[in-house]
Amino acid sequence: MIVLAFDFALFLEKLILIAVVIFGSLGVALYTTFAERKVAAILQDRRGPNRAGPFGLLQPFADGLKLVFKEEIIPNTSNKTLFIMGPGLAMTAALMTSAVLPWGNKVELFDRTIALQIADVNIGMLYVFAVVSMGVYGIMIGGWASNNKFSLMAALRGASQAISYELAMGLSLIALVMVTGSLSLKTIVEQQMLPGHLWNIAYQPLGFLLFLVCAFAECNRTPFDLPEAENELNFGYHQEYSSMKLGFYLFAEYVNMFISSAIMATIYFGGYDIPFLDESKISPNIAAILGIGALMTKIIIFIFVFMWVRWTIPRFRYDQLMNLGWKKMVPLALANMLLTGAIILWLQGK
Amino acid sequence: MALTNRSVAIDRSPMTFVESLYLPSIFKGMGITFSHIFKKKPTINYPEQTRPFSPVFRGLHVLNRDEEGRENCTACGLCAVACPAEAITMEAAERLPGEENLYREEKYAAKYEINMLRCIFCGLCEEACPKDAIYLSETFAPANFARKGFIYGKDDLLIPNKNTEPEAYAKAKGLNQ
Amino acid sequence: MGTTQLLFWLLSALSIFSAMMVLISKNPVHSVLWLVLVFFTISGHYILLNAQFLFIVNLIVYAGAIMVLFLFVIMLMNLNKDAEPQKSIWMKLAGAISGGSLLLIFVSVVRSASEMQSKQALLKTGNIGLIDQLGKTLFSEYVIPFEISSVLFLSAMVGAVAIGKKH
Repeated sequence: MIVLAFDFALFLEKLILIAVVIFGSLGVALYTTFAERKVAAILQDRRGPNRAGPFGLLQPFADGLKLVFKEEIIPNTSNKTLFIMGPGLAMTAALMTSAVLPWGNKVELFDRTIALQIADVNIGMLYVFAVVSMGVYGIMIGGWASNNKFSLMAALRGASQAISYELAMGLSLIALVMVTGSLSLKTIVEQQMLPGHLWNIAYQPLGFLLFLVCAFAECNRTPFDLPEAENELNFGYHQEYSSMKLGFYLFAEYVNMFISSAIMATIYFGGYDIPFLDESKISPNIAAILGIGALMTKIIIFIFVFMWVRWTIPRFRYDQLMNLGWKKMVPLALANMLLTGAIILWLQGK
Repeated sequence: MALTNRSVAIDRSPMTFVESLYLPSIFKGMGITFSHIFKKKPTINYPEQTRPFSPVFRGLHVLNRDEEGRENCTACGLCAVACPAEAITMEAAERLPGEENLYREEKYAAKYEINMLRCIFCGLCEEACPKDAIYLSETFAPANFARKGFIYGKDDLLIPNKNTEPEAYAKAKGLNQ
Repeated sequence: MGTTQLLFWLLSALSIFSAMMVLISKNPVHSVLWLVLVFFTISGHYILLNAQFLFIVNLIVYAGAIMVLFLFVIMLMNLNKDAEPQKSIWMKLAGAISGGSLLLIFVSVVRSASEMQSKQALLKTGNIGLIDQLGKTLFSEYVIPFEISSVLFLSAMVGAVAIGKKH
């Protein structure tokens, strides 16, 4: 009787893939902090960090080391278990999404065909949605466990914001699912790669816009960064945090940004599809590498858009946030869903 | 009553639906920030590049020497009297025989100190000096970890001798850069 | 005992333990967080039953939305030991007796149900929990109950709005 019977090679392959994806996400997030400062500087006619290493490229490591070596302070009146759990939860939720994303097509290595996706589940889109809705626990638990009024206010704001914008996000995703007819992210990408089939942005422009706005809100990025509003809540939910726990919170935001850019690129912009190129004509390994490059380019463009918006628009007021979420986004998403359904029915009837 | 012709009446009418989506104004703002990518950056990379000072800039003090490399200062104390911040102190000494190549006149400053934390770089010492001995240069006092380091003595202030140490003199003048 | 069974026992033990912790915890916030863990373990059981759609919907709806709202409300209330209402011993006794009799009824119903006898839990088989199967079943066999429940939700929403409008 074999207790744990599985394909050992597959296990190893997936383990390596998971390690690559997680460390890749962390590395990208590391350099996103650098890019954020650089982009902010360039948009404000400044130079940005340029002292640590050539062009300031070692700056993120300097920042990270500084955070690691800072004194770690846990407030006496805080709830210690939850205080420590908060940043970990935020980071875990941020990293978990990458499990279902297809990072590229297959590669052939050592007589094996390796799919560049950790798990191709048939509910990929819903999985992403579920993990995103978990992300708010990190903020809420951290904010509550700090035992500080400002942190609690920020945590409550974060929770209400996340719940409000999840609704519009779900509705815009439903419209997309109506078009694709599948919840698997791999299938969605493959559909967009078919000749004669445009990227989903062509079929769902309004849906994409709604999803983009909701992604900003879910990542707590400006103009929706109310949970960490410096001027009214001091520092928001991570006010009591120091050292690498603070680093985890700050870092989780960048990982979230990377992952949501990857999701948008995957479901609306063809994922690893290279426009005007028939991937089946070139060898699969080269196609896979080119595909990863294409996906990364799209992700970088989205990350730039995130930063560009951050350094352009001021923060929303709380009532503006709620008005936008419930009175504009949700009705628009519903209208988009109904319109999509009607058009699909009309096309089927023809 | 309008004080200037630039005043604009604020429109407080409720937003239209398109306005309330915030999108048009967001795109307008993003266009503005994007155009700043291509603008020239006014930043000067300080230690590598320095801002050109005007000839009348009043920076760190220099004690001057004459053509033969002798110190100009006679420790008359007029600079110390003129100093509004009372940053200058000095001690005079008499020139001994055989020191004619070091000091121009019979009396010289044995000790000459300027407290750079007190100094306001007004330049009144420069104006008061009858012997052209003190000048304000075009550099400023560098940072230091201790307050003691800001009391500049004669060895910090005196310009290197043109004849005996020409390299240091050229460096102090900024000629070899 | 294969991997699936191992996982089943692990998840069951964890879910019963965390369900008990929900009741035992003094701090209501801890209770809510243990409840979230209960939902996670139950979702794990759905995966073992090959019901991926139910797994993810359970997570989205319960762990992701309802529990966040619970947490939201509990965090807003100032719950501490001083403000805790003190119940008399008779009230506690009455509660224990009524709760216990309810438990007895449940257990007897489950035990006597003829359908449940001599049946084993399905593991890794069956496809009713997959999204296309579930959708087809819901919209063909159970279309009327489905629509009625949606109308019920709509009326609940309208009722909530009507109550909120009064003030």
